Amino acid sequence: MTSRYESTFLDVVSRAIVPLIQIFALYVVTHGHYDPGGGFQGGVMLAASIILLRIAQGEESFERFPQSAGLYLAGFGALAFTILGFMSVVFGGNFLEYGYAVPGVDGVELRYWGIFFAEVFIGFLVWGALVAIYDALTTGGTA
Amino acid sequence: MTWQIDFWLMLVLIMFAVLALEVSDLLAAVGILTGYSFLMALLFAELGAPDVALTEAALGAAITGIFLLVTLRFVGRKEEH
Repeated sequence: MTSRYESTFLDVVSRAIVPLIQIFALYVVTHGHYDPGGGFQGGVMLAASIILLRIAQGEESFERFPQSAGLYLAGFGALAFTILGFMSVVFGGNFLEYGYAVPGVDGVELRYWGIFFAEVFIGFLVWGALVAIYDALTTGGTA
Repeated sequence: MTWQIDFWLMLVLIMFAVLALEVSDLLAAVGILTGYSFLMALLFAELGAPDVALTEAALGAAITGIFLLVTLRFVGRKEEH
């Protein structure tokens, strides 16, 4: 269903701009716990870069990001986020109460890294889910 | 913040919203809606909510427009009355 538009400009511009979008998205995800942005916004930007590849290169982009990868990424993100949330429940805290996640480690450090990894996993989830929605729309739901 | 920027941005936002509802070409409506989201992101940034502005710019001005465009390939460009 996805057809490639034979446009040199689209091809060259997408090749140049996709790495820049992804670098900025990584910045937004990894600085999300003390700057504007976070996992959701960075994940949306990563998904936008992949969708730009899909539009500009059509089926050639399946070599770089296969159609099945979207749902796997989203599933991995959701599962890892749930495990992270329940780690603290096992050791006596509430859901996502990072201070209890690993016994014997300082709570301040744990909260810092807990929020960081929560952002990263949310980023994976949003990235995979949005690309999966785009693939489902363009293939009529068969992907 | 200065109320003049808010006032004119909101006025143009309302114009964009009414235009997106009134125009009969759905492709043009999607374009106007994308512009609406971009202005909305500017307004959020001006009101001191950079987090929300980033979300609106990434999701409203990019992803939603693409999804609506892809949907238009299936449902057609013209609105039926």
